[in-house]
Amino acid sequence: MTEQAPAIVLQTENVTRILQETVPVTLVRNINFDASAGEFVSITGPSGSGKSSLLYLLGLLDAPTEGRVIVEGQDTSDLDRDQLAQFRLEHLGFVFQFHFLLPEFSILENVMIPMKRLGKLPEAEIVARAVGLLADLEIDDQRDKTPDQLSGGQRQRVAIARALGNAPTVILADEPTGNLDTKNSDIVRDIFVRLAKEQGTTIIAVTHDLDFAEAADRNVHLVDGAVARDGR
Amino acid sequence: MIRWVNLQIALAHLVHRRRQTIVSVLGVSLGVGFFIAVSALMQGSEQDLTNRLIDSQPHVTIKDEFRVPSIQPLFQAYLEGAVELKGVKPRERLRGVKNFKAKVAEIETMPGFIASPVLSGQAIVRYGGKDRSVAILGVDPDKEILLTTIEEDMVEGSMEALKTTSDGIVIGTGLSNRLQLRLGDLASVVSPTGRVMHMKVAGIFRAGNILLDEGQAYMLLKDAQVLMGKPNIADRIRIRLPDPNDAMNVAADIEARWSYRTESWQEVNEDFLSLFVVRNAILYSIVSAIMVVASFGIFNIISTVVLEKRRDIAILMSMGFRAYDIRQIFLLEGIALGFIGMFIGWAVGYGLVELLGMVKFEMEGFYEDSRLPLDRGFYQYLIGAAFALASSIVAAWIPAHRASQVRPVDIIRGAA
Repeated sequence: MTEQAPAIVLQTENVTRILQETVPVTLVRNINFDASAGEFVSITGPSGSGKSSLLYLLGLLDAPTEGRVIVEGQDTSDLDRDQLAQFRLEHLGFVFQFHFLLPEFSILENVMIPMKRLGKLPEAEIVARAVGLLADLEIDDQRDKTPDQLSGGQRQRVAIARALGNAPTVILADEPTGNLDTKNSDIVRDIFVRLAKEQGTTIIAVTHDLDFAEAADRNVHLVDGAVARDGR
Repeated sequence: MIRWVNLQIALAHLVHRRRQTIVSVLGVSLGVGFFIAVSALMQGSEQDLTNRLIDSQPHVTIKDEFRVPSIQPLFQAYLEGAVELKGVKPRERLRGVKNFKAKVAEIETMPGFIASPVLSGQAIVRYGGKDRSVAILGVDPDKEILLTTIEEDMVEGSMEALKTTSDGIVIGTGLSNRLQLRLGDLASVVSPTGRVMHMKVAGIFRAGNILLDEGQAYMLLKDAQVLMGKPNIADRIRIRLPDPNDAMNVAADIEARWSYRTESWQEVNEDFLSLFVVRNAILYSIVSAIMVVASFGIFNIISTVVLEKRRDIAILMSMGFRAYDIRQIFLLEGIALGFIGMFIGWAVGYGLVELLGMVKFEMEGFYEDSRLPLDRGFYQYLIGAAFALASSIVAAWIPAHRASQVRPVDIIRGAA
């Protein structure tokens, strides 16, 4: 009996993004990319190679000038702004280099916000799920604190918990360890590995951190907006 | 639809910026509070003056005059003709409302209507070597009590005393003071035709209006007819209606029916009432200006929050918040400021109105009330609330809309 290949959850077809400035700037060029369920993909490359631009295209935060992005079999090129927002809410989670937690809210409330916006769970279940996610990331004891009372590593773990709130198919991370020390970088890396292996969440992470990149199942290396190497 | 999470974020923004929030709320509160106080004062004085007008005079007066002079028979006969008539002498006509008793009876068949025939004229009251010209009103005291507030204004004697006093006259306090004429004194009343009657003061009133208090005197209709030499004549019919607001329609109907010039209390006091319109226009202009200033405060805080929160807006949008949600968050902030300002403004307004209510004035003249007339109606609070909420929404809309147009990728790219 042959083992069935994991389903492709995220795919680009000939994606190009050109910034229409005074002099047009090509951010990414003719990229064909796919990621399967439970796959941990790292995207590397020198500064200005288009890593973050590709991530924003994959995360439907930006629209390609040419080509299309397909998420869970859905061609997203025909979706309007609100439909794309709903798609992000239900299927995608983001982790950025800076935690971007809302300073007015407690840690627990920050994790609950996307779930509250989706509105599919009653309040009690949202609280329980948020507490569970914080416990999985070993920061549930900090839940009543505000972001400014936490260390950088703790904040990044809260950001990951927030990204996982609505059980997204794909987590997109932009330099998630870029602002962390080695110890916290290792913790975040291990969390991503565990999420991919144990929960089948697809992780796509832009990084300059070679250790982090090596922990991924696959590395896509960009140079000048194009894929220079795609290796496992 | 308001999302609970959007409201939570909006309130969190405001709580986080307590000082700015308090300043903005104070702006709205003071606007609403001052509006309520000023409006209570303006509306109160307007109502007080209007009530005085309505109560102190008949609602409708039929006069023995015609609004359009009658056309000479010759001109009626040759309407289109080129006719010139010289030396035409108008027909001598005995003034007075024809068949006034029947007319009064007919008017009083309508439920709630009170009608009273009156003969008016000028006379001189002479006492102790002093003379004062007064306007005489020959009335039926029983009806006059129902038509006006004269009985409430009596400081000595009564209108009813006219019925039991032979050749009685009721005068105002002003006339009484000028002539040193007291209750029970006999004064000479001289008509323009030279007829003199010796009349006994049966009552003294104070209407709070110098013109009336010094220049008005009441006597029985029949006494006035004798004094003026106009037996069985009444030159006016004064009418009180169940609803003073119907006066204009009733006056128009009566004038259409009997042709006599018929004036409503609104027509008589047209100039006076038009002042209220100007006053209200000034009031609402001032309040609008106050609220515009207050709304700048709201605009300022929300614009600041939007600028400061561009990164958070981008993150919320990357999570899946729609432009509608972002707009709603900042609009809710404006509305919350408006609501809080409105409630505090109501309290401020209530306090100011009560303070104004305690102020006591000692004034002589037309307006003699010792306390400020205040309208404590709830609708002023509603108008204040409408001003507060409308200005808050308008002030919040622009920054809220701007926030909703943020492209998250531009902010995130910049922040990274």
